[in-house]
Amino acid sequence: MYAQALDQPEGHRECASADGAALEARFLSRVASEQKVEPKDWMPERYRRTLIRQISQHAHSEIVGMLPEGNWITRAPSLKRKAILMAKVQDEGGHGAYLYAAAETLGAAREDLIEQLLSGAAKYSSIFNYPTPTWADVGAIGWLVDGAAIMNQIPLCRCSYGPYARAMVRICKEESFHQRQGFEIMLTLARGTPEQRRMAQEALNRWWWPSLMMFGPGDADSKHTADSVRWKIKRFTNDELRQKFVDFTVPQAQFLGLKVPDPELRLDEASGHYRFGAIDWAEFNEVLRGNGPCNRERLAARREAHESGRWVREAAAAYAEKQRARTSAAAA
Amino acid sequence: MSEALPAQAQMTAGGAIGASSLAPDADRAKYVLRLADTSLIVAQQLGAWIGQAPALEEDLGLANIALDLLGQGRLLLAYAGELEGRGRDEDALAFLREPSEFVNVSLAEQPNGDFADTVMRQLLLDAWQIELFEALERSRDERLGQIAAKAVKETRYHLRYSGGWVVRLGDGTAESHERTQQALQRLWPYTAELFDADPLEEALAAAGIGPHPAALAAGWRARLQEVLAEATLILPPPASFRWYGKRGEHNEHLGHLLAEMQILQRTYPGAKW
Amino acid sequence: MSDPRSPLWEVFVRPRSGLEHKHAGSVHATDARMALEHARDLYTRRGEGVSLWVVRSSDIVASDPAEADELFEPARDKIYRHPTFYEIPEEVKTL
Ligand SMILES: [Fe+2]
Ligand SMILES: [Fe+2]
Repeated sequence: MYAQALDQPEGHRECASADGAALEARFLSRVASEQKVEPKDWMPERYRRTLIRQISQHAHSEIVGMLPEGNWITRAPSLKRKAILMAKVQDEGGHGAYLYAAAETLGAAREDLIEQLLSGAAKYSSIFNYPTPTWADVGAIGWLVDGAAIMNQIPLCRCSYGPYARAMVRICKEESFHQRQGFEIMLTLARGTPEQRRMAQEALNRWWWPSLMMFGPGDADSKHTADSVRWKIKRFTNDELRQKFVDFTVPQAQFLGLKVPDPELRLDEASGHYRFGAIDWAEFNEVLRGNGPCNRERLAARREAHESGRWVREAAAAYAEKQRARTSAAAA
Repeated sequence: MSEALPAQAQMTAGGAIGASSLAPDADRAKYVLRLADTSLIVAQQLGAWIGQAPALEEDLGLANIALDLLGQGRLLLAYAGELEGRGRDEDALAFLREPSEFVNVSLAEQPNGDFADTVMRQLLLDAWQIELFEALERSRDERLGQIAAKAVKETRYHLRYSGGWVVRLGDGTAESHERTQQALQRLWPYTAELFDADPLEEALAAAGIGPHPAALAAGWRARLQEVLAEATLILPPPASFRWYGKRGEHNEHLGHLLAEMQILQRTYPGAKW
Repeated sequence: MSDPRSPLWEVFVRPRSGLEHKHAGSVHATDARMALEHARDLYTRRGEGVSLWVVRSSDIVASDPAEADELFEPARDKIYRHPTFYEIPEEVKTL
């Protein structure tokens, strides 16, 4: 999920030998003709690094993304909702697992990637640094955040790197219920008691702008997508996807009878697009820098789980080692 | 342990033994509610692990078990509500009862603790639920038999999971062995209740609705011992004090668990979610 | 460095009886039993399978992409192996 906002430029270029240039030319023509790149194929080092970074950030986002919604599993208001939410949060964990596995085909070890997340060196989608104070936030996340994520992810199913593309196909299939369950929660609240309607409206107010930020900086400020586009990792610009999201979502909000928190929002009859107000990129950058409302809590929760699970992982490894020793002793 | 009690297997494969009519609905409602609450409370507890497990794959594994148990709880609650005949659905029963009205076995409500506590609680319950559901498959109550037939398959996998982990932890490092043995010791006193029959269970066993609890002890112990032997863990001595969650006698943790679980339904009475 | 104590396993799922096992992805696990359970929990949550294989990723022997030409090109021109190569008059049925 959520990879679009995260693609950052790679700092340096490799020095291209004559050989390297020929290989790279061949690589580019294969990619241009929509052939998939597989793990053992030759690929430019920058392509590999860009992918490892994007896929692992994507994986981290899934894992951290379990937390804000996981916060409501024990308090879900009905048993049906509890089952749906458990399955949904579990799916996000599964997505993380698929994506880490895809990154590992590029030579990155999951252990190291997780270490980078826990040390704060790696990024994950900023959206999960916002809190879920009410049940309506669970609805808003499914509706808006998963909705935005799906919009980002569908093009990734055609990404040039085979393992990533295949992971995304699986993920997109699984995502399809996430947005619906979120919308259903919002719809139930919107048709519910005055308190429930207020809850729904406040959640929309909280999640609307962060959801728009999920698509990443505007195209004018996002100069570093050229490589990703050429490599067929990225197929639409941030602004294109953001506009599509707004066009899809505003009518849904209207259907719910909720007000999108943007006084400048209006339908441009000529183009058929909704025009929306300016995004507060200062806030986006602050959250990205670690100063969002929940950055510290999210990382602390991941670290806590990792640390308190260490003895369990050690035990499993020790047991497997003993088993191996027993097997070889028996064979000897 | 209740080995002193005779293993009275009241039910046969055909369910022919017992009274000619099913036990009174009220009795069956109470009995089904016990089964429901046990599955529900464990599901609620396992749900709290999702996102906090020792490894990503365990988040998924525990979530799968939680979902199975929640599914069992819902089917059983719905049925209990029907038998009770007071118009209470699964949510009314789950969210609007007091702690003292919950009749899960005490083992189910023991806190998650660390991973060893959780997988040990699961092992002790799984081994029991397999025996229980296998017996209930032959219940003269057809609906209960169908629910049990579904649940027993799920539970066999749960035992595979919990047993696998108890073995790895028990026979892992010195630290994991110690933690797992401690967990067994802590949870052991709550296992006696599983096999101690009360009048309700006696009556339903006689009617061919449910097994006599004592009849499940031998199978449970055999399953357990198989795992514990491989895990190099020792069975604790019988406990002197006995808890009876199934009669609504709970210790302190359940109140907190329910306060958390029920908060929205309690705060917004009558709202639909 | 990857922790060699929790290696990668490749997962193959048989979607339905009668179909072959198909590669689904990979899992980390310290032992074979755990690998099978992780594969079950990760790759069959929506009833995607009726049978599972797991195999240590390091035990897979793969062809080298650099040798793809010599391995696979020679089969490309043997078009007479395919039924479409042959011209059969339309009047001739069931052939
Ligand atoms: Fe996801
Ligand atoms: Fe999702």
